[in-house]
Amino acid sequence: MFLELNNLLNTTPERAEQGKLTLLCDAKTDGSFLVHHFLSFYLKANCKVCFVALIQSFSHYNIVGQKLGVNLTMARERGQLVFLEGLKSAVDVFFQAQEKPHPLQFLREANAGNLKPLFEFVREALKPVDSGEAGWTYPVLLVDDLSVLLSLGLGAVAVLDFIHYCRATVCWELKGNVVVLVHDSGDVEDEENDILLNGLSHQSHLILRAEGLATGFCRDVHGQLRILWRRPLQSTSQRDQSLTYQYKIQDRSVSFFAKGMSPAVL
Amino acid sequence: MAAVATCGGDAGSAGSAVATASKSNVTSFQRRGPRVSGTNDSGPRLVSITGTRPSVRNGQLLVSTGLPALDQLLGGGLAVGTVLLIEEDKYNIYSSLLFKYFLAEGIVNGHTLLVASANEDPANILQELPAPLLDDNCKKEFDEDVYNHKTPESNIKMKIAWRYQLLPKMEQIGPVSSSRFGHYYDASKRIPQELIEASKWHGFFLPEKISSTLKVEPCSLTHGYIKLLQFIQNIICEEGFDGSNPQKKQKNILRIGIQNLGSPLWGDDICCTENGDSSHSLTKFLYVLRGLLRTSLSACIITMPTHLIQNKAFIAHVTNLSDVVVGLESFIGSERETNPLYKDYHGLIHIRQIPRLNNLFCDESDVKDLGFKLKRKLFTIECITKWSSYSLQSQKYFLSHHLQRKFSIKEPYFKELHTLKKIY
Repeated sequence: MFLELNNLLNTTPERAEQGKLTLLCDAKTDGSFLVHHFLSFYLKANCKVCFVALIQSFSHYNIVGQKLGVNLTMARERGQLVFLEGLKSAVDVFFQAQEKPHPLQFLREANAGNLKPLFEFVREALKPVDSGEAGWTYPVLLVDDLSVLLSLGLGAVAVLDFIHYCRATVCWELKGNVVVLVHDSGDVEDEENDILLNGLSHQSHLILRAEGLATGFCRDVHGQLRILWRRPLQSTSQRDQSLTYQYKIQDRSVSFFAKGMSPAVL
Repeated sequence: MAAVATCGGDAGSAGSAVATASKSNVTSFQRRGPRVSGTNDSGPRLVSITGTRPSVRNGQLLVSTGLPALDQLLGGGLAVGTVLLIEEDKYNIYSSLLFKYFLAEGIVNGHTLLVASANEDPANILQELPAPLLDDNCKKEFDEDVYNHKTPESNIKMKIAWRYQLLPKMEQIGPVSSSRFGHYYDASKRIPQELIEASKWHGFFLPEKISSTLKVEPCSLTHGYIKLLQFIQNIICEEGFDGSNPQKKQKNILRIGIQNLGSPLWGDDICCTENGDSSHSLTKFLYVLRGLLRTSLSACIITMPTHLIQNKAFIAHVTNLSDVVVGLESFIGSERETNPLYKDYHGLIHIRQIPRLNNLFCDESDVKDLGFKLKRKLFTIECITKWSSYSLQSQKYFLSHHLQRKFSIKEPYFKELHTLKKIY
């Protein structure tokens, strides 16, 4: 996890809020560093994490996790981390007919499917173990990323339903957190993606938006991060709080600074 | 390599993990430790695969794309297990050239090839590969090129033309040996027949593989894509590229080349209509293909006619599902052909995406305006932005001569300036 980002979000692994939906989105840049941050954050907070990794392989997250101070292999072995590797499972489900429904069953279906098998997988992974020996604090669902599901033929409504079910189970019933990443297509007209993004924005408690700079590529400032705190279920008499920072990604950390205050410029 | 050795403190444990890779464990993204020497016997000997090298940044195993200039822009080469997507130029001239360079590099390095095409027989494609330029043949030509393209030594401080010093060097042209990482090819000559016969290749020609059956059960993917995926998976399993056959003597890389993916000849209608019915067939194909690549020692090049796809959101999806995306834009037939700014180049090359593998960030090059040209049988990529002012070229000569006489500035300095004039 990035300590500077913890300071900006005013959280630490010990006293993080529960029952929240966090939306990560990126526009014109790659927001995957936020996924690595939250993965290591919740593993350090001793939570039970279910990670649906649809876009990269396990060893990628493992190697970056080691730079950030968590060992995913060990977390998986001792049961703290349940990892669904999308790429590997897609090969399995595609080439062999499965007896019981596979989480990525929709790849075999001709019409737009639904994500019920995936939800069953998540629920199974995060349900509290009755033996009580492990003692994880609270469950967390992490999805990287939802736009892949749209590319693979699912409708925005199916994905919103899936998130709704996950929120009901993980956030409300189990008092855990859900973190999802969605790509923002920007000026490209992508209706389904916009529906998904707007729908999730209205439901989430915290939105972290990584944007590329409007002026283009810069070596010293990799992008801009907008943080928006929301209260989706309460009447908002107060305005939502929003902050904007610019960031630069380094080998093991990300440094944040106010706009125009990059160390390269000062 | 010292750079690899300092890549990570736990490279030793990763090295032994790779050496004892079982089927479930083999991914191409395990960090390759430095070559195990005789004194350090923590595990069995790691034999490095020909034609590959570890990345300096993260120890990722890289193969050459066949164009050393492109390798440099991608941060050293194409990572094993990833997809290089080339957005074709309008008449598919230069993209098919890059496709052939990739395959020719595979033949020169002794990799196994898998060529898939819907419009051309793979055997014909292999016949048309460019010939590699090896050591003795063209040393003279290289010397001439080196003289023309010689950029000034970085330790000579430019006083007058100081901006030229800041331009990045694009590629090191030098004598080529067959054990080098990337090779140069002569696009006007054909590859020698004995090289093709000595290589191992598999071809997938779509009209042969699917018989015209009228009864095709509705599947999630187009029939041609399903066949291609099954073919690729068969080759990977049978020949042990996924580590399933550890008794094999020598590990090798499988280079997959898929030509014109998404064109109507594959049975896909994404290029024909705005919202094709099976428009998710191609993305599912890419997803499963990447899954196959990640768990095997292979690298794939795909050329796709994206200029025919009207649904721009679809192109964004395809970009997100690929690893490296390079777009080619040729000037043939466009108004840019007569633009004086582009007179030396045949087209523009856009590096649209570079993956961040095993790392928080990637090696993006600073230079974003890149043009390519096919000059003297060599495909070169250069930065287009220049700081010369075209009308003042002749005045540079007068100025230099005047300064030489007046201030007795030494001769070699102006020789450098003289060669600069030819480039810029």
